[in-house]
Amino acid sequence: MNAPAPTDTVNVIVDGVPMTARKGDMIIRVTDAHDVYVPRFCYHEKLPVAANCRMCLVEVEKAPKPLPACATPVAEGMVIHTRSAKAIAAQKSVMEFLLINHPLDCPICDQGGECELQDLAMGYGRDVSRFHERKRVVKDKNIGPLISTDMTRCIHCTRCVRFGQDVAGVQELGTMNRGENNQIGTYVEKSVNHELSGNIIDLCPVGALNSKPFRYRARAWEMTQVPLVSPHDGLGTNLYGHVLRGKLMRVVPRQNEAINECWIADRDRFSYEGIYSAERLAAPMVRTRDGQWKETDWQTALQAAADGLKSAPADRLGVLAGPSSTLEEYTLLAQLARSLGTANIDHRLRQGDFSGDALDPALPSLGGGIAEVDQLETLLIVGSHLRRELPVLAHRVRKAALAGGSIWYLNPAHFDVLFPVAGEFIGPPAAQLAELNALLMAAGVTPAAGPVAEVTEQHQALVQRLRDTSRKAIWLGALAQRHPQYAALRAAAAALASATGAQIGVLAEGGNAAGAWLAGCVPHRVAGGDSARTVGRNAAQMLSAPMDAYLLWDVEPWADSLQAGALGAVQGSTFVVAATPYVTEEMRRVAHVLLPIGTFAETSGTYVNLEGLWQSFSGAAQPVGQARPGWKVLRVLGNLLGLAGFEQMSSEEVRDALKARIAQSAGAPAPASAQPAVVAAPDAAVVDLPAYQIDGILRRAGALQRTREGRAARVVYSGVQQ
Amino acid sequence: MSAAPTGKAALLSEHTRHEIDEWVARFPEGKQRSAVLSALRFAQEQNNGFLTPELMDAVAEYLNLPPIQVCEVATFYSMFETHPCGRHHVSICTNISCMLNGAEDIVAYAEKKLGIKTGESTADGRIFLKCEEECLAACTGAPMMMVDHVYHEYLTPAKVDEVLDKLK
Repeated sequence: MNAPAPTDTVNVIVDGVPMTARKGDMIIRVTDAHDVYVPRFCYHEKLPVAANCRMCLVEVEKAPKPLPACATPVAEGMVIHTRSAKAIAAQKSVMEFLLINHPLDCPICDQGGECELQDLAMGYGRDVSRFHERKRVVKDKNIGPLISTDMTRCIHCTRCVRFGQDVAGVQELGTMNRGENNQIGTYVEKSVNHELSGNIIDLCPVGALNSKPFRYRARAWEMTQVPLVSPHDGLGTNLYGHVLRGKLMRVVPRQNEAINECWIADRDRFSYEGIYSAERLAAPMVRTRDGQWKETDWQTALQAAADGLKSAPADRLGVLAGPSSTLEEYTLLAQLARSLGTANIDHRLRQGDFSGDALDPALPSLGGGIAEVDQLETLLIVGSHLRRELPVLAHRVRKAALAGGSIWYLNPAHFDVLFPVAGEFIGPPAAQLAELNALLMAAGVTPAAGPVAEVTEQHQALVQRLRDTSRKAIWLGALAQRHPQYAALRAAAAALASATGAQIGVLAEGGNAAGAWLAGCVPHRVAGGDSARTVGRNAAQMLSAPMDAYLLWDVEPWADSLQAGALGAVQGSTFVVAATPYVTEEMRRVAHVLLPIGTFAETSGTYVNLEGLWQSFSGAAQPVGQARPGWKVLRVLGNLLGLAGFEQMSSEEVRDALKARIAQSAGAPAPASAQPAVVAAPDAAVVDLPAYQIDGILRRAGALQRTREGRAARVVYSGVQQ
Repeated sequence: MSAAPTGKAALLSEHTRHEIDEWVARFPEGKQRSAVLSALRFAQEQNNGFLTPELMDAVAEYLNLPPIQVCEVATFYSMFETHPCGRHHVSICTNISCMLNGAEDIVAYAEKKLGIKTGESTADGRIFLKCEEECLAACTGAPMMMVDHVYHEYLTPAKVDEVLDKLK
């Protein structure tokens, strides 16, 4: 960051130490930047200033009374005392007022041990209360299955209210009544539904808002904090897992300004419940000749898997992986498949059109940095229900819009985005290519293929805006990738991007799609991104007609794929090995060998996010039952199959080998000028999946399933729908 | 905004909408939240003295605000009633000047006369005796009361009779 011009800075003295500060900054920002601690409850760096708790009162020389540090701008020559007798007396008095109605039920409060009020009461509270009157009691509100409320503990800092107003974009909580009767609540008992709502649990400085699924499960000081990365979307949201005796008890945000700031989506926070679902596969199982399932040891199960895989004709073996496994699992899986002689390997379970595979870049990416999204001036989002697909990224887009950015959508329906949209092109999926082509026409480019809609003023306005601004992007979301004309849509969007100088981004589904590409978990690319010599079958082809054998890697094709006959196709196979954390009726019906593998929290590994960032983490929780980290299972399976290159001793070794391989590779072929042929799709249909249906862990996360979004049904947008 | 609305806002009478429009016009564009106090006042008037959740929803929709923001204002100000009550609002000041001049006797007299306690409404829905009011800044005329936003000063039991009996 450049040093601000001298005229923009002022000199202040804090506790006798001279400091330079940016003009107009509040005192608390200056003290925070210099590690001078000022107590606070209502102030939060990501929220607008409210100045209603008064805990941050400091003494400013020449001011007649103590001033709130969070709402007093610095001025030249200001002399500030944060620890003077006057400041401390003011802070202690405020603390006494705050504690008047607080129940002090710390021993039974989940916040105990990690409570800002408790911490500050240690420093500023009196040991004996002078308040002998009755304390008030506030009725608890039921605001849904995720957040528990103990409203008597509330100190009315209004952080949760301001979060709704300014971060979420929909005010779900408010301050009702006044004075002694003041309380935080929803308007007529309603649930809080925003996809980031769980963040108010962290924002709440007391125990009024807490995690409902975690209620009374553990104490903060008993647990070990382990860094994790979210497996549910491609952002690579940073998390902390809190582990007690090998079990993941809860998930909280790990602040990373370059990715998720201090926010995480509700599904990042509450999906851990799915790890301990009753459907977890506890031990390896094989199906005996008479069709009975039998628990067995790893050696027997792996041998059965190896024998079955070896006996299948190589080109009739299909390998399917989910989009959220670790880079190390993908690397070994792709290596295993190709060593067995099959190129039929894919993770793109919901992609609707593969005709543009030859034009694919080395890995799907946003086209720019995640932190730069806030500064985008123009953004066209093609086919994305962004709040469902990448909730934390949607928050950054909202910030860009509120900062004056112009956000446009080309979608099958209007989705509530909670900010003013510059323009929308809404139409049935079958008409989307024509709309993009109309934008190309407006940009003076002749569309390569497909129909063209009438060029309207709106098309011209967007193209003009793309031309007039410098920070601009065009993104293709999941609804575009699930479109039967995805290749043509992407080609048209890319042409528009190159005509206007915008970045082009693909918001690939899953937590590690980029990793799957780099590892060669696609039929047309090998590890490192080079083109494969033999191109195998893609996910859609593998699921439209039975293969002789399948290796399913953390995937339930009947639930993860959108293809109607997926279950039938897998069931029609003669041999199926499923490495999976979960076992269901369907799984028992189709599989012959079941290998229990760990979820994202039970393995070490690496995720690559949509800006190409590699984030490694070590295993947080003990795998349930006899489950093992996936990369270890693959490594031993490789040994049993007698394949070369399965001698790694750690997941880091697998990762580093891939890294070396990438450094040597020629990379993806330069996008050819060739255009994909347009797939005729007059009745194109696109499926919009609810946010908690996209992977196995989420589908089994109890509390999330009970939310409004969890109960939502999938929506199919088709040609007939308007 | 003045076109007859559909949806929840249709609950607002034409007169109420007209008054709200006038208030909205006094603030810069996009600052219609500033008109919420006046809007609620006319909505309450339209409903004979109290607000319902439906009316608050209507105001929220008409002003394009989150319903909770309207609810916050309605529950904060003592001039708004969010539960059914009588159509004439009677508030007797019991703050210091009025108290020294016998306000407590006036309250007791009014309660006895109407057969209700403060905070209650008469069975015929005619009069709502609000909870004791704090200073209304008419200390020179203590004891005083406010009836439907009109001040009555130098109260005596006879004067209370006269004012209350006139209420229809």
